[in-house]
This record gives sequence, C-alpha cells and structure tokens, in this order.
Amino acid sequence: MKYKITHTTLYTYGEAVPVCHNLLHLTPREGHGQTCRHHKLIIRPHPTSIGRRSDTFGNLVHFFSVEQAHKRLRVTSISRTEISGPQIPDPAATPPWESVRDHLHQKVEPAWLEAVQFAFDSPAVVTFEALADYARTSFPAGRPILEAALDLTRRIHDDFKFDPTATEVGSSLSEIFVLRRGVCQDFAHLQIGCLRSLGLAARYVSGYLRTRPPPGKPRLVGVDASHAWVSVFCGNAGWVDADPTNNVIPSVDHVTIAWGRDYHDVSPIKGVVIGGSQHTLRVAVDVMPLEDDPPAS
Amino acid sequence: MDSTISPPAAVNLFEGYTPPAGGYDEMFSSPGMLREPWGRFAADVNQLGAGELSRRWDEANRLVAENGVTYGALAESSDRARPWELDALPLVISAPEWNAISSALVQRARLFNLILLDLYGPQRLLSRGLLPPELIYTHPGYLREFHGQRIPGDLFLHFYAADLARSSDGTWWVVCDRTEAPSGAGYALENRIVSSRMLPMIFRDCRVQRLASFFIALRELLQRLSPPHRENPRVVLLSQGPHNSNYFEDAYLSRYLGYALVEGGDLAVRDNEVNLKTLGGLLPIDVILRRVNDDDCDPLELRADSILGAAGLLQSARSGKVAMVNSLGSSLAETPAFRAFLPRLCRELLSEDLLIPSIATWWCGQAEAREHVIANLEQLIIKPTFHGFNKPVLAGWQLGRRQRDDLIAAIRARPCEYVAQERMNRSSAPVWLRGRPQPWSVAVRTFLVASQDTYLTMPGGLTRASALSDRLELSISAGERSKDLWVLSEGPVREVTLLGGANQAIQLRRSGSELPSRVADHLFWLGRNIERAEGSARLLRTLFSRLTSEGDGVHLPEIPVLLRGLAEQGQLEPGFIVEGMTPPLPPVEQVLPRVIFDEAEPMSLRSTLTVVHDVASVVRDRLSLDSWRIIHRIDQRFHPSRADGAIDLVEALGLLNRAVIDIASFSGMVAESMTRTQGWRFLDIGRRIERALNAINLARILIVDDKTPPSALEAVLEVADSLMTYRSRYLNSMQLPAVLDLLLTDDTNPRSLAFQSDTLVAHIDQLPRDRTQPLPTLEQRVGLSIANSIRMLGPAVLGDRPGQPHCARLDRLLHRLAGQLPHLSDAISHRYLIHAGLPRQLTEIRPMGCRRN
Repeated sequence: MKYKITHTTLYTYGEAVPVCHNLLHLTPREGHGQTCRHHKLIIRPHPTSIGRRSDTFGNLVHFFSVEQAHKRLRVTSISRTEISGPQIPDPAATPPWESVRDHLHQKVEPAWLEAVQFAFDSPAVVTFEALADYARTSFPAGRPILEAALDLTRRIHDDFKFDPTATEVGSSLSEIFVLRRGVCQDFAHLQIGCLRSLGLAARYVSGYLRTRPPPGKPRLVGVDASHAWVSVFCGNAGWVDADPTNNVIPSVDHVTIAWGRDYHDVSPIKGVVIGGSQHTLRVAVDVMPLEDDPPAS
Repeated sequence: MDSTISPPAAVNLFEGYTPPAGGYDEMFSSPGMLREPWGRFAADVNQLGAGELSRRWDEANRLVAENGVTYGALAESSDRARPWELDALPLVISAPEWNAISSALVQRARLFNLILLDLYGPQRLLSRGLLPPELIYTHPGYLREFHGQRIPGDLFLHFYAADLARSSDGTWWVVCDRTEAPSGAGYALENRIVSSRMLPMIFRDCRVQRLASFFIALRELLQRLSPPHRENPRVVLLSQGPHNSNYFEDAYLSRYLGYALVEGGDLAVRDNEVNLKTLGGLLPIDVILRRVNDDDCDPLELRADSILGAAGLLQSARSGKVAMVNSLGSSLAETPAFRAFLPRLCRELLSEDLLIPSIATWWCGQAEAREHVIANLEQLIIKPTFHGFNKPVLAGWQLGRRQRDDLIAAIRARPCEYVAQERMNRSSAPVWLRGRPQPWSVAVRTFLVASQDTYLTMPGGLTRASALSDRLELSISAGERSKDLWVLSEGPVREVTLLGGANQAIQLRRSGSELPSRVADHLFWLGRNIERAEGSARLLRTLFSRLTSEGDGVHLPEIPVLLRGLAEQGQLEPGFIVEGMTPPLPPVEQVLPRVIFDEAEPMSLRSTLTVVHDVASVVRDRLSLDSWRIIHRIDQRFHPSRADGAIDLVEALGLLNRAVIDIASFSGMVAESMTRTQGWRFLDIGRRIERALNAINLARILIVDDKTPPSALEAVLEVADSLMTYRSRYLNSMQLPAVLDLLLTDDTNPRSLAFQSDTLVAHIDQLPRDRTQPLPTLEQRVGLSIANSIRMLGPAVLGDRPGQPHCARLDRLLHRLAGQLPHLSDAISHRYLIHAGLPRQLTEIRPMGCRRN
C-alpha cells in the first residue's frame, strides 16, 4: 500500500513567545517491509536553526529552534510511504519463550545485544509482580513465544476497555492496570511491561493507523490519529509487531515512525518555550491511501 | 613501605597517643615509633608546643568561618557552610608513596575514559562480554541521548576524583570513583590556604608540594577545549546555585580560577550556541565546567522539570559548539558496580594489571555475587547501584532480623539495583582534640585532571576524619573533621602560582556590559535595600537619641514628627501618630525597640537587613571580600543581646549607631573600591531611587501642618546628615525654606532629592541600549521628568508656610514623585533585569490510536 500522510501540530500561545526549542520524531522509518519515499517538514514561523540526527535506536530526529517572537507554531510533516507488509513467522514455529528469555541474558551477538536493551524497565514502563502474574497465564512452560505473545495481545484487547477519558499522558502502568481502561499508548505500555516482567524484550512502536470508513461511506480527511503498538523479540524469528488496541498483527494498515523503550523515547513533538503564558494545542493526522486496496485475500 | 626511625627526644606532644591495636596508624608504626615521613613535622610541631598549636588552630578556624561566611551556601545550614571542621594536624605522605598512588590513579582515570568512550560509542565491552548489558541498560545514568556523540580528542573524562582508604596491612584501596562533577577540590584548596597560613614555617620546612600546579593544569585544559579560533575563550563554572550545598566550593573555585560563576538562568541557547545573558546582550560561551548533574542539563531532552541547565544545551554540545567538563553522560562510570569488573577491563583495554585495588564489591545483578551477598550480609555494606534512587546505605551488621529479611527480599526483587561492599578497617591518624592528639579514622579524596595525553594528580587532596571508621563509608560529606593532605617533596619545592608570569603578554581589558542580567538584578536590589536600611537606621537613631535624652524624652516636641516619619516608612503602626488614639496603645518607647527587631514585620529594620544579607550573599562573587565582610557584620551585630529579644532604648541606640557606621563603611567600600562597571551602576541606581524616596518622606513630614517646631527641623536635618552643612550656612536659625532647599533642591548636597534625580538621569544615559533609536527610552523619559519637576521648584513654593496654597502644591508634587520613582524602577527592571522568562514544557499529545472493533 502507498500512503500520503499529513500530520499537523499547532501550538497557540496566550502571549508572544520569544524562543522555542523542539525535537521531532516524525519521519517514517525504513525497513520491515516499509519504505519512506518522501518526507518533508513545514515549520512556521521559519526556524532559526534546524538539523537532524539519528538517535540511539536508529530513528530520525529533527531538532529546531524558533528565535523570533511568535504567537503560533505550526509543524506539518508530510510523507509518502509504501508498505509491503512484514514477513510474519508462523507463531507455532517460533522458539519456546523461555529459551528466548535465557538467551537474551547470555548471548552477545549483535541482534541479541540490540534486543536486550528493550528487556528492562524504562521511565514509562515500571514493572511490578501483579503484571508478571497477569502475563503468565499466556506463557505456560514451553509455549512458542509468538503464540504466547499474541495470546497476551488478545487478552489485553478483551480485558481492557478503550476509554480516552480514563487516563492521561503521565498515568502509570499500575494505575492503568487497576483501571482496566486506557488508550493505545496505555495498552502498548501494558503489553511491553507484561513481556519485560517475564524477562523478554519488547519495544514501543510509534506510528499511524489508517482508518477505514464504514462500508459505503466516504473517507473523512484529517480524523486519523497517531497510534502506538508493540514489537516483541522472538529470538531467531526476529521482531514481530502486535497491536493490543485492535488485536491484530500490524501489516499494511500500520505505518511505523519510530521505536524506543517507551513513549518518552519517541514522542512525536517535544518542546520547551522560554517565557510566554498558557498555550493550546491542536493536532490533525490524515492517512490517505494513494491506491485502491488490493483485493481481499 | 616506610621504614621507621626512633623518635627524636622532643616527641612529647604525641606521648600517650595510642592508635587502636591491629589497625594501621598513619603516623606511628607502633606506640612511640614514628613513621619516616612524619619526622620533621613531629619535631617542628613539638617545638611549637601544644599551647601555640591550639592558639593558631583557633585562629585558623576563624579564617575558615569567615571564608564560610564568604562563600557558604544560602541554605538553612548557612551557619555550617562546610560539613567539616578543619583539624590542626595535616596528614603527611611521602613523595614515593604518593607517586605510587598517583600513577595508579592515572591508570584508573585512563581506564574510565576508555570505558566511557566505548559505552557511548561502539559498546564492544558488551559484545565481548566484559560488562553485563543489564548493568548499562538499567543504569539511569546511561544517557541514550548521548550515545554516538562526538568526543573531541577522545577525551571523555576530564576531571576525576577517587576516594582512598588504607587497610590494616598498609595497602591503599579505592573505595569510590567520581566521574561526573567531583566536588571537594575547592575544599582541598581552602584547607591548604588555611593550613599553610597557620603553620607557615613548618609548612616550608617540611617541603610540602604545592597545589597550584594542579589548578594550572585545569585552567590549561579548559583553555585547550575551547574552539581553536577563539583568542579569549569564555569559560564559565555552571553552578547549581546558592541553595545547593556545593555553592561554597563553586564560588571559591570560580574566584580562584577566574571564571564567571553562572546558573542555568544565565544561559540561553541560540542557533545551537550556548550564550551568557548579559545586560549588553548574549555572549557566546565556549567551555562549561559544570557542577550540574547530567540529567539536569537540558529540559528539552533530559529532565523536563529541571531549571539548572538550558534548553538546547545537549544539541550544542553534540555539535561541538560548547565543550562540557566532564562530558555529558559521565555519571555512568560512578556506579560502584563497575568496581567488580575493573581488573579484567584494565587488562583488556590497557593490557596492564590494575595498579590499585578497589574495595571488594559485589553487584547483585550477577547471580553468584547476589548469593554471596545474601549469605554474608552481616559483614557487608549495602549500597544502591545507582544514585538518585534515594535508597539508604545500610550496614549489614546493624540490621535487625526484620530489616534483614526485607532487604533480602528487595535485593531478590530488583537485584541490579544493589551492590555490597566489604567493611573496611581504615587507617587512623592523629586529630587534635582538646589539646591532645587522638587516633581517628581517615578517608582521602584526591583529584586528577586531563593534561596532555595523560592525567595529572593533585599533589594533595581532601582528607576527612571521623571517630568512627564506618561513618566515613556512609556518605561523602560524612566525618567530623577535615585535614590538609601534605605530600612531601623529594627535592626543593617548585614554586608555582596561578598568576601568569611577568613576561607573559596580557591584553588589557575593561569590564563592560558582560554582566549577567541576573546579577544586575541582585545588585539593584542590594542597592535599594542597603539604602532603605540606612534611611531607617538614621531615623531611628535620631528618635532614640531624643528618647534617651536627659530632658523630656518622649514629650519633646520633635518626637511626633519623627514618629510620623517612621509610620510613613511602614515601620510603625499609624495609630501612634494620630492624636487621641494613643491611650489604647502601649507607650511608644516600650514598643519601638521590639518593632525594629521584628522579623515578622516586612518593613522592620531587621527584615531589611536580612534582605540585604540574602541578596548580597548571592552576588558575593561581585563584591569585594571586605564589602561582604561588612554586610555580614551588620547582619551579625544587629540582634538584641538577650535571647528573648528584650532590649532597652540605650542598647538599641548603641546597635543603631553601629549599623549606621557599618552601612557607611560599606558605602565607602563601594565608592572607593568598586570598579565603575554596569554592576556598580545598578547598585547605585537602586540606592538613588531609595534615597530619593527617603528625602521625599523627610520633606513631607515637615510640611504636614504649620506646627512643626524648629527642633523637628533640626532632627530631620540630622537624619538627612545635613545638619553640619545647614549650620555652616545659617548658624542656628532653623527655617523651613532653607531646610527644604537642603533636602530637595540643593544639587550640591549628596542627600538631596535633586542630587539623586540628576545622578539617576546620568546613570540611565550610560545603560546599554539600542543607539539607533532616535527617541529617548521610557526610563530616560521618566528620569528626566522627575529631574525637571525638581528643578522647576522656585523659592515661592519652598518659602510658603505649611497650609498655604504653594505648600500644598509642593506636597502634591512630592506625592506624585513618590509614585513616579517606583515607576522608574519598574521601567528599568523590565528593560534590563527581568529575564525572558522561565523555560516551560510544551504539552505533548499522546497517541490515542483508535479501536476499530
């Protein structure tokens, strides 16, 4: 599938702000069956300085500053991305989860070393015993890791209610666990925490999800949202994504921007303004298919 | 290692000194058997005698107390600016022994540098299995934001400190490594300055190596780190501010090294460059010697709620526009868990054996080590692996059964977060207690700085001493005493000084507008408050001298006028000056002494002096030492002698007299010793504004009605320090118009309103501003308006009697000016002093995703 994605963020300040510094994770990643053909950023007012670098996880980060008084800041990210869909291994053929766990803490080959950094607590994913207990139901001894992880994905999907009002950006994992409610970010953190509490490696994936209009209805523009899901390290079977919000294995409808240990490593826009008073924020995301859907298989 | 010699006959000062059996004593190998390096010191100090040693020590402690006052933290512990009392006796170490320690620590610093370079780079230590990935990936000090950064010259670690201990067999061990922003070098320097002054002859005679070479190397390093094109690189010391306990050192070191002491609020990142915010605009900074922790350096990328750094600093450091000392991310190497891996890392990275052992340490993240720790808990000290978790350091042998079980459960739950280290019986050294030496345990911290391709060790360090050995393990500031560390020289001592050589070319400079806006702000308020204090002290003094006079005291006719002055200043309840209201209030002479010492009352003289002291203490580095001493003395002296605050009029008068004189000597210091920089200008602007307000107050209380007695005119002239002038002009004839002229319009009188307004106009013209703007600025206009109003006052107005139309006009004018002056103050603050504002975090929008089914 080919998409044109437009992601606009608008900050409006109560009074003019003389300086702002910002960090962006907005460029779709390459690899895993995804190619970013084109990406551009439109920032208004024009940034005084702008640059980009690759972060420790291989994501592209843009940083910029605006050093003239401004009352509004608009950041628009436009990309054309082509997704062929990742190769997904047969869940039943993946290695037993314990062997992946044990090897993670022994092997030092690059792929394993790269994975092990996602096996420990991180700022937004602080594990606790009850989380491990919840996870264990899906992980009986010897069960193939992907099969177990997908079972966990299904259970989170069934046990937790989608509710945008129940939690906020700073809600802790233990709060979400007790509330049994949340949004995609919460469910992703939750599944990551479950996997890590068993000694497995899991990462947070930030991206977009194409919304499909109800049959017969036209597609609405600009109503899409940023999305988040998880990726599980399955040993030699590699990384496999799972979307606990929708209980699916992401394929051609999910566009990956960046991954990290949790949301804080890859939040789309971070900023610090010097001075100024209150501000408001508006975001609009549009994921537009550039071709017709392939016939259902 | 050292041979022992028989003590010379005169060793009686140390007679009866008995180190604990089985331990290692630094000075004596056995009772009465002096170790070789101490021979000369022992002989000299014996010659000095116990009495003289104690006397000099008292003197030295006074100096320390004064320095503490000068540089101490503003925090609650201001009475205890430094954690330890300086001991009378230094710790003496021979040159060969120190050389061995030094080369071992140089090796260790090189090793840590390589470890940091690798972990923030290719991470071969992990792929080769030399360090467990868990240790790095669970380490909160591992800054992923800095992975892959470019490190100029492969120098990651510039400044390193190691804590040393000597065990019973005489071996030195490293018990702690400091790789982020090591503290203590300033204390070592201060100890040295004090101890060499206390025992100058002995210091010389013992041929103690000088510390200056170390600080010269530090300065050379910082110079070298700046971009090559800069001729005069700007190096700053980034402090955590006056409320942090390290502030003493920061201020002390920055002054010694000659660098500006700055705080996060002074920095602004523009176009990837870090700048110092000054009155004259932004000035680029090349090198930052930081005392701020890694994660506080940049609210954009690191801890969002920290205001100790600057947004954008990380990117500036990444792009090489500013050099950080130490490099960001260096706290990673401070974890005690690394110690378990060092011997192997040393062989792998340097192909050398580790020259100095670390104290035995087990990281519980490894199963075998964990089980060892749990099995031997009673003998071990348990520490958090990473600092910043607010976990206590626990002594295994002090734990009750319940605590022990809890600890084991905690270790098993999060093993990576715990390390255990061996309990060590540290060496002892004599400490001077109540006129006698006593054996106390000692801990030594020394410092290394990168120099050329290696490291240079400070020939000395900070020694802490405690009666209890274990206490020294628990915290870095633990211990009751500190000692100077004397490293003896093998040959003649090389004299070094931090001042440049006489034949070194130096570029002449004038300090211009490089004043940080924050400092200008504090100086401005220092000026206002010191003048407010003077005004109120002078008024009170005149009042008290009348109240204590032999005559009618409280019934003197000028008393009501002076009380009105106090009430106008907000020092006294207005009830006291309204006739007929007096009966319900206690007699004023009983109330007054308490009123001036009431700290709860914001306008009381005591409160004003507290503000003076607080404001001055944060700009200590801009005041001369003597100026600051005077401020401190004013603050110290101005207390009633009795603890319950009871004070009589005579004692109060004495204190007021001293306060007036002390404030005058501060003004003298400012007038005679402060260079005429913008800093001075802001201090003076503050003073002038306040003095103008005071002159207006004094004039207005004289023209309230036509009942003002001549004695009140005289009293007010005394308050305004203008009585002598008046008498020389008009002898004893007290006339209101002549008094008003002196107070308001006589521009030759430095106490008059006209003098203040003229000076203000001149100051404002000298402030930095955009010269391309054709029209005067707001503050220029307000200043001129005030000055002109005063100039326009004619004899008719001044000569009118109170109650008459002209006099009423004068009163209205003075009232208006009293309102304009604060307006002028605001205009100046808005343009020059108030910062662009605090950094604030933008709201983030979280991915909401959507559920399709």
